[in-house]
Amino acid sequence: MSGELVELLSNLKEPEALAFVDKALGEGVDPMDLLGQAKEAMNIVGQRFASDEYFIPDLVFSGEILKGIIKKLEPHLKKGEEEERLGKVIIGTVAGDIHDIGKDLVVFMLDVNGFEVLDLGIDVPVQKFVDTIKETGTMVVGLSGFLTLSFDSMKDTVDAIKEAGLRDHVKIMIGGGQIDEQVKGFTGADAYGKDAMAAVTLTQGWIGG
Amino acid sequence: MEKKWEEMSAEEKQEAQFQKLLVPKDPEGNDLKFQSPEAEKSYKERITRIKDAIQLKKLPDRVPVCPLPNMFPFNYAGMTVQEAMYDYDKCVAGFKKFILDFEPDMHIGAAGPGPGKFFEILDYKLYAWAGHGVLPTSSYQCLEGEYMKAEEYDTLITDPSFFFSNIYLPRVFGALEPWSMLPLLPGIVEMYGVAFNFIPFGLPPVQGAYKALFEAGSEAMKWAMAMGGVDGELKTLGFPNILGGFTKAPFDIIGDTLRGSRGIMMDMYRRPDKLLQAMEAITPIMINMGLGAAQQTGNPLIFMPLHKGADGFMSDEQYKKFYWPTFKQVMVGLIEGGCIPLPAAEGGYNTRLKVIRDLPKGKTLWMFDQTDIVKAKDIVGDTLCILGNVPSAMLKLGTPQQVKDYSKKLIDNVGKGGGFIMGNGAFFDEAKPENVHAMIDFTKEYGVYK
Repeated sequence: MSGELVELLSNLKEPEALAFVDKALGEGVDPMDLLGQAKEAMNIVGQRFASDEYFIPDLVFSGEILKGIIKKLEPHLKKGEEEERLGKVIIGTVAGDIHDIGKDLVVFMLDVNGFEVLDLGIDVPVQKFVDTIKETGTMVVGLSGFLTLSFDSMKDTVDAIKEAGLRDHVKIMIGGGQIDEQVKGFTGADAYGKDAMAAVTLTQGWIGG
Repeated sequence: MEKKWEEMSAEEKQEAQFQKLLVPKDPEGNDLKFQSPEAEKSYKERITRIKDAIQLKKLPDRVPVCPLPNMFPFNYAGMTVQEAMYDYDKCVAGFKKFILDFEPDMHIGAAGPGPGKFFEILDYKLYAWAGHGVLPTSSYQCLEGEYMKAEEYDTLITDPSFFFSNIYLPRVFGALEPWSMLPLLPGIVEMYGVAFNFIPFGLPPVQGAYKALFEAGSEAMKWAMAMGGVDGELKTLGFPNILGGFTKAPFDIIGDTLRGSRGIMMDMYRRPDKLLQAMEAITPIMINMGLGAAQQTGNPLIFMPLHKGADGFMSDEQYKKFYWPTFKQVMVGLIEGGCIPLPAAEGGYNTRLKVIRDLPKGKTLWMFDQTDIVKAKDIVGDTLCILGNVPSAMLKLGTPQQVKDYSKKLIDNVGKGGGFIMGNGAFFDEAKPENVHAMIDFTKEYGVYK
């Protein structure tokens, strides 16, 4: 039976995947094995997204199916069985901007790729980023923004991180609709990414995984 | 002998619309009095230039240039977005300054910020706007949500108007919440029992909703007078507003503000047939929305902001199944009514170029953002007019020289043979004025066809 859930989830077969989990749990299959399969499937989804086989609707739907599976598994899992995470990443939409679709995709992709994501939400004040870096010792920060207004907020955030003496401890990536190389230069970020997969690749390059 | 409108072909209707634009009238229906012979000459040259670029029949005298800003004119004129939303006179004065200082070939009017007080009266919940959920300097931003529930597809499909009046509008406007009590209007028949249907109108909350509506309507009129005033004045000075109205692709209607991004993506998997049916149901409404606006404004260009069909947002297969068919139907419906759809493809549209080729020639104007616009010229340049695509980041952060170099590249490659209008790629709030000047002035100088 091993591998069937990988197949069903990675091919986005929602009713079949959920029915399979019910059946497997009923037959006494180790929930950790099912969780492992779900993770493997999400890796495949990520790869397909990276290779333009899957697109945003597919990615979002896979997350929805996963949520349903986890809900079924949760009562059967012992606390503390959560696997070791690769590293922490802080993500947020910068001050003045309340767009969250792009940011949420980045959070999701980093999460399924094994990183612990601290999602600060939208319209995040500069100081909140600084404080969270201090409190958590995070090495990677992702700033999201859709509006031209957010270029300034991104720059302010990077400057504040610098002033707090933390700039050498973190790598900063930016992303959003109108972000390009020129905006990267303006804000003083280390890199920019065109999509959610780029955020994963950048993070992997900086903290491994 | 002049043909009747109904007897004209799409081609003839479009031509007739342009001819009407070339002989503008004042609000009383008399020939418009221009402020100077030069203004009249400029106005007619501008309309002709745009017409030639769009129709792909004749080479225009030069590449037309049309910046399509979002909140930039108001920032430029030294006011916050909040001020532009709440002080209509200030708003139109700022917009006028923008047009007179930059002298573009066409503009889209000062309606961008919208009337702040109007939104307050109705307690609009769909957006945050300047000073009302976002900074006073910020443009409005959508508060995404599932304003339509998954199980409401059947209602939308069978009776879109009922769905909007009794379910959707009460959710997105706080003041219209009592509209959920409105009667089913087609139930009003015969003599017997008719009065029962009118009981809701006697209920205090419903009456309150109508009071708010009257107030909102008056506010909307006050605002529209200011907007119309500046349009008329700019016209007499030689600057045409080319925007005749607004409509959307059915997929974006459902995905942007009904089901939300997340909702519609789930629907593509969980209830694809319902989604397709709903898009079919609203297609004629989207066509009529554009045609009606064009008739009201006497202006054939119908703006269509495109969102969820961009590169990356879905596969080509999904695009062809979910996005394109009804989007195309809306455009064809507009074209048959003599209108010119102006889709603005935000983000990238590279993978869709081969699909959108399937449109009648010389009937649409496409604003491209991050699409490889030289490639676009190659693939769709013989079918549609291209507008774009100086990047927002460059306008805000670059130098005039950079903008000039970029504009030169556009004129050399995309301007070749006509069918091109210079402009920005995405609606922008902030820019260095000297960069916007560089785009416009350079095009006027270098973009002349010889």
